[in-house]
Formats: sequence, C-alpha cells, structure tokens
Amino acid sequence: MGRHADTNGKDWRLGVLAVLLAIVIWQFIAAVIIRYPFILPAPTDVLSAFISLLQTGDIFLDIQASLVHFAIGLGLALLVGIPFGIIMGWNRRFESFIDPLIELLRPIPPLAWIPFAIIWFGLTSFSAGFIIFVGSVFPIIINTYSGFRGVPRIFVEAGKMLGCTKDRDLIRYIAFPAALPSVAAGIRIATGVGWMCLVAAELFGVSNYGLGQKLWFFYSLHQMDSVVVYMILLGMIGLAFDMVFRYYIDRHFLKWRTGEVA
Amino acid sequence: MGDLEIRDLNQSFARDDGSRLVVLEHLSLAVQDKEFVCILGSSGCGKTTLLRMIAGLDTAASGSIILDGEEMKGPSPKVGMVFQEYSLFPWRTVIDNIAFGLEMKGVAKEERYRVAGQYLDLVNLSPFRDSYPSELSGGMRQRVAVARALALDPVLLLMDEPFGALDAQTRNMLQQELLEIWEKTKKTVIFITHSVDEAVFLADRIIVMTPRPGRISRIFEIDLPRPRERTNVEFARLRRDVLDLINQHTAIQ
Repeated sequence: MGRHADTNGKDWRLGVLAVLLAIVIWQFIAAVIIRYPFILPAPTDVLSAFISLLQTGDIFLDIQASLVHFAIGLGLALLVGIPFGIIMGWNRRFESFIDPLIELLRPIPPLAWIPFAIIWFGLTSFSAGFIIFVGSVFPIIINTYSGFRGVPRIFVEAGKMLGCTKDRDLIRYIAFPAALPSVAAGIRIATGVGWMCLVAAELFGVSNYGLGQKLWFFYSLHQMDSVVVYMILLGMIGLAFDMVFRYYIDRHFLKWRTGEVA
Repeated sequence: MGDLEIRDLNQSFARDDGSRLVVLEHLSLAVQDKEFVCILGSSGCGKTTLLRMIAGLDTAASGSIILDGEEMKGPSPKVGMVFQEYSLFPWRTVIDNIAFGLEMKGVAKEERYRVAGQYLDLVNLSPFRDSYPSELSGGMRQRVAVARALALDPVLLLMDEPFGALDAQTRNMLQQELLEIWEKTKKTVIFITHSVDEAVFLADRIIVMTPRPGRISRIFEIDLPRPRERTNVEFARLRRDVLDLINQHTAIQ
C-alpha cells in the first residue's frame, strides 16, 4: 500500500481525478454544446447560484428544516424498529404473529402513505417525518430481527453457563452485542432510504423551508442552477451521514471486528 | 467439593419416521471430588449429550444429576464449561471475556478485573489482556475459554473436546498446561474427547462409552504418575487396550 492508498488499497487520487474530469466534461457540454442553462446549467452557473443562495442565508434554514424532518422520522424508526426487531428475533411466537403483517406492509412504497400522512398529521413536520419513518423503519426491523435470529447458540449457552440466565440479561449482554453488526447495517440502510424519502416528503408543502421543498420551489421558478445546488446538497449531506455513521460505529462499537475476515 | 453423581440417566429423541433414537440408557456414574475423568467414545455415542445434561443445558428424560448432594436443574455457577467450538464473545476483550461471569454476579469492576487478571496469568496470556478474540490463535482462544470458565471458581469443570480443532503440537502443549492448572486449582474435571492418546495422557479414569444406545462399556483406571511420557511402554499398552475396545464397538456398529 502506498502513501496515497486508503485502507482498501484504493488510490484516492484517482477518485478525485474522476470528479474533476466529470466537472470539466459537464462544463464543456453545458457551455459549449447545449448552451441553454434551463436544460443543463453549467458548473459555473451552479457555483454562482450557490454563492447568491449562501448570501440570503436560506440554505442554512433549509438544512435545519430537513434535519428536523429527518430526525423525527429516523428517531421514531429507531424507537419502534429496534425493539420490534429484538422481540421478533427473540420470540418465535411473536415472530409468527407479526411477521405476515410486516411482510404485507413493507412492500407499500413510503410515498404511497403521503395522503394519510397529510390527513393524520396535517401540513406539519410530523407529516414529513412520518414518510421518512415509513421508509426507514422496515430496514431497521428486518436487520435487527435477522441479527437476533443469527446469534450463534453457543454464545447464548456460554452466557448461561456463566450466570447470564435471564432473558433480559441474555438480550442485553449476549444477543444485542452479537447482533450489533446487523443492527448497524440496518440503520445505515434506513438512513439512506429515509434520506431519499425526504425530497418527496417535503414536496407537498409541509414547511416553508427544507432541501426538498426548495428543490421544487426553484423548479417552479425554472431556476435550474439552484435546483442543481439543492441536488448536490442533498447528495453531500447524505454522504456525510453515511461516513460519520460508519466511522463512529466502527470506531466505538465494532472495533472487535477489525481482525475478522467477514 | 465437587462430588458428582449421575443416577440412571435416560435420554431419547423422536426420529422423523416416528421411531425413537435412544441416546443414553440407564447411565449411572460417580465422579469424585478433584478427579480428572475422560469420557471416550466414537461419535454419536451420546457423550456430548451427557455433558450438556450435566451442564444443565439439556434436560434428561429421566434420571438425576447430583452435585455435592444437590440435584442439578439448569445451568449453575458451580459448573464451568469449555466448549468445543470457539465460544469466546468476539465483542469483548480477553479480560472482559474472563470477567464476564463475575460481571453477571455483580462483582465490582475493580475486583472483577483483579480476579480475572489472576486467571489470565494462570493461562499465561497476560500480554493479551486487551486483545480481541479474533486477534488470538486457536490455542490461545481455548486457554482464555478455560480461564473464563475458572473465573467463577466452579467445583466442576466440563470440557467438550476443547482441543479437538487444534494442531497436534498445540494440543499436546495445552494438555500439559491444563494438567498444571488442574494441579493448582484442583477442580473436578470431566473431559470429553475422541482421542485415546489425549485421554490416557490426562485422565485418572477413562470412561469408554458404547454408541447407540449410549452406555458405559468399561472404565479404565490410569494410575501412571504425572507428567506422563507418551513413549512409555505402559502408556502405549493402555492406549492399545482402550483403542481395541473402541474398535470393537465401531466394528459391531
């Protein structure tokens, strides 16, 4: 591994090169071939739109509003999904009872819940949060559940031999840590799905601010350069979530897996 | 104390075709305090089932298991177990694995690390205190598993082919270490193996079981002085006698 390689042996300089190259080609196509910013704004158009948006300061209020929606949705999904997944994974009877219901609800696209979200919660942040919740709760349930299902029996028996015999203790000290990689993977997927639901969740006017809300707002004004600014922001913040989450979880909770061949 | 008495233990499972597979039949056995007993038999003779029942992880169809006058029902801190497969908790460091039982007992952090540290010393792994199991070799993992089982100071230590997955050199080394630990801690040990050599090297008594239904075929008293020499004539004779008996059982099958 060289000085410019990351832990997977990939040379990060190549990645940066690809991004720069894409920007140059984009600029060329937009400014030289198409020359019509409504169809394809050039990177330079986007940059100047970004600067003027920064000056109004609205961008920060949009980020804040979106984060609130997202936090409501994901927070609720964690609160509901993890305990549900745990009980399903631990108790066969509960699994048999609840699994068909989950399998019926799960294929309904989160966005199909929008009408009821509006009827139940009105045009509020909770409405948007609810859509994000629907999108992110299932990956959390499914992964927590399969993580608990897959806890090797030998860990449970070893625990019992060492005086860890109550269900509550077995879940807390044995099953949860053993299932944590799977639970974390579920949360990561849920974060991604929830973030994708955000644009649509803000589309029906739950607030005056929000990244998704603004994206549609600028589309209706035909300011496509600003639309691209919000697209990029959505992508970057989603990426940042994923990176921070991965870094944090791997550092603090999954350190033990570093030596393992997964 | 660590006197174990097994009285008329029976166990059978229902087969898919409706018939019953008798795993253990009228099995009675007494193991004295501080005795090192090896249970030997070909695969499927019910030796692991027997051990799991003593551990309280499985329940017998009938019969009783009595430890120091008390009937065993379910896992007990008086009984420690070392499993065949790697059973260390991979999310805990070596010291936290050893301290697990003490933590469950509610022992304060400082005290449980002190006690766990002693057992870590006992298995000569002090430099690996803060390593994770994935960073250890197979032999080291089983030594940690022994330390973890001993940390609660059980009177009876059950070992289910603990060295079965190790290479011959490591295996011989761990057998020697185990005997040293046993000399120091003086637990009653019930050790399951299907290596005749291992049994003759370790045991005070070897209990040979017949397969299906699992019954005690013969008990060999091994009174060779320790440390035993594998090249010793008497050692070789005992090994041959035990092996002959096991081969007979396998041939009948």
